[in-house]
Amino acid sequence: MKTFPIGGIHPSDCKEYSKDSAIERFPIPEIVTIPLAQHIGAPAVACVAKGDRVLVGQVIATAGGFVSSPIHSSVSGVVKSVDMTADAQGNLKPSVTIGVEGDEWVESIDRSKEIAKNINLTPQEIVAKISEMGIVGMGGATFPTHVKLSIPAGKKAECLIINAVECEPYLTADYRVMLELGDRLLVGARILAKAIGVDKIYIGVENNKPDAIAHLEKLAGAYLEVEIVPLKMRYPQGGEKQLIAAVTGREVPSGGLPIDVGAVVQNVGTALAVYEAVAKNKPLFERVVTVTGSTLKEPKNLLVRIGTPMSALIEYCGGMEGVGKVIAGGPMMGRAVSNVDAPVTKGTSGVLLMPTEESLRQKEGVCIRCAKCVEACPMGLEPYLLSKLTQNGDFEELERHYIADCIECGCCTFSCPSYLPLLDWVRIGKAEVMKRIRERAAAKK
Amino acid sequence: MGSLVTTVLVVSGLGALLALLLFVVAKQFKVEEDPRIDEVEKMLPGANCGGCGFAGCRAMSEALVKREDISALYCPVGGAECMKSVATYLGKAATEQEPKVAVVRCGGSCEMRPKTNRFDGAPSCLVASSLYAGDTGCSFGCLGLGDCVAKCEFDALHINPATGLPEVDEEKCTACGACVKACPKMIIELRKKAPKGRKVYVSCVNKAKGAVARKACKVACIGCGKCAKVCPFDAITVENNLAYIDYTKCKMCRKCVVECPTGAIVEVGFPARKEAPATESQTTAKTE
Repeated sequence: MKTFPIGGIHPSDCKEYSKDSAIERFPIPEIVTIPLAQHIGAPAVACVAKGDRVLVGQVIATAGGFVSSPIHSSVSGVVKSVDMTADAQGNLKPSVTIGVEGDEWVESIDRSKEIAKNINLTPQEIVAKISEMGIVGMGGATFPTHVKLSIPAGKKAECLIINAVECEPYLTADYRVMLELGDRLLVGARILAKAIGVDKIYIGVENNKPDAIAHLEKLAGAYLEVEIVPLKMRYPQGGEKQLIAAVTGREVPSGGLPIDVGAVVQNVGTALAVYEAVAKNKPLFERVVTVTGSTLKEPKNLLVRIGTPMSALIEYCGGMEGVGKVIAGGPMMGRAVSNVDAPVTKGTSGVLLMPTEESLRQKEGVCIRCAKCVEACPMGLEPYLLSKLTQNGDFEELERHYIADCIECGCCTFSCPSYLPLLDWVRIGKAEVMKRIRERAAAKK
Repeated sequence: MGSLVTTVLVVSGLGALLALLLFVVAKQFKVEEDPRIDEVEKMLPGANCGGCGFAGCRAMSEALVKREDISALYCPVGGAECMKSVATYLGKAATEQEPKVAVVRCGGSCEMRPKTNRFDGAPSCLVASSLYAGDTGCSFGCLGLGDCVAKCEFDALHINPATGLPEVDEEKCTACGACVKACPKMIIELRKKAPKGRKVYVSCVNKAKGAVARKACKVACIGCGKCAKVCPFDAITVENNLAYIDYTKCKMCRKCVVECPTGAIVEVGFPARKEAPATESQTTAKTE
């Protein structure tokens, strides 16, 4: 069975808590707080003011540039404020707060249940639609999808890879989408393939989800261009470069993009959102969120309106009892939450509750030169060295050691027997090196 | 016997030859350096702290000797006296700069600013600030993990375990600015050094709205603007819900300290007021 060539780890997948609970619609909250920066790139610019009445799906903020995305209201009601509110990490970010009144949708949204299979739009029209509907990468990185679909001049896409790996432990949102909304997902994938002009679609699924593989294979029988690729379970297979290597055997060059090897990768959630946007005219204002944890009473997969406070989801699934840490996203790449009243955003794939005893880090030791981090690094880097160089502030040396290639998957920290916070440091060094690279590029221009 | 003599002769000959070669090379490729650079370097404190903006004292002395106009160069550690002696030696005009001292503009002690969560990552302010806003409700204040202490070359900064905040030892602080650069929250500022260590400053950098700031910390600046109104010298500006006292204009009349409703404005080094409790240290800033 296929997998990526170097590094990787085998954390226990812990998906059993929520994998059998069907996607449930979470009730609309009384107030939603919708941040204006839910994507990578320039924040959106608010186009509503206090007191304005908005409908579900109405634009409340326009894209702040090409690498940006508009934001749509997830509820109908009255805008209470356009102000700074604390995000999940406690930092103040601009956002729109809306008091909910009823559930009135914008008329252009097609709310019928039937599946639209044939899309008669040109590739340009599809990309424009995706941009207009505010679709971003929903695996967690939230990179605006229309940017990824705009193939740079001189490059050619050869295949579309749908990332259905969901290699993060605990999370089951993508898995439930595959089982319950697989037919829509496939139409979404075909729309994406049309947008970039390719006739080969691979769907990479890890073998810990045999029923999803079987289900998708059955559905994909109708489409010749779709191929389901079962992959050997290993973290971080869902990383873009790892997935390309696993599925096609091609390696994205250092500092390059997937398009350099002819691949475009899109997440399952994104493909579903693209289907809804293009076929049903529905902007991205709700998403499936896995709320899970070993001590949680009722782990669930919920269809949540963007802007719903995470605390409401936690309450709905059984509360915070015995919880030491809340993580937005998965345990490997998600970020710890210090403010649980912060809203669910386009990139929130899960809300994970860790019991107190599991959530604490172990006491930091010293590096024993075992090289386990080197073995685990899927990018072939030397995390122990990068961490030390960052602490010493040697950024030129860090660049020579390809720190910019780090995908921040956390395999190094996970595998360290001395519990060194390797990734904490590597991330600092990477940010500084990336800043220097950008400054150099700007100076050259 | 013969081989011994040969060996001695060959080795001594080789030694003499190489010595001659070294002598010729040293003469031929001698780098002419202004002898004044060495002299100036001796006058500088030799802390190599980088406070002047150069890599070290040697680089600074080179600049001092080579540049025509040295008014832009200043050694905060040596201060005005050191600069004066250097300038006299070089026959150039000296820079006059008031001595400064590092000031930590956060009064959010454990008592004033309750903890809302616990940080568990690498013990560094830089790492913590890259991950989240901090372990209290205030997203602007001191993280207390001591990046400034680690960067201080003069042992002038220490975290007070009672308050969890860094405190500056004015005797030792040379105003090199290393802590200012190290603080990811940009809390530390270099302010004018007054006699007896007297200072009046806003001990808060919270730019959130009044109610939000106050909820997170009892001694937060709420941006009410009372201090700006009462100031007779026009030294206080309120911007983004935060007051700032311009130390070049402030005459330390302390009217703002009395006026501040939250006690965010702090006075240090003044004798105790008659009616109010002692305000010797910044941590006992008046509440309510």
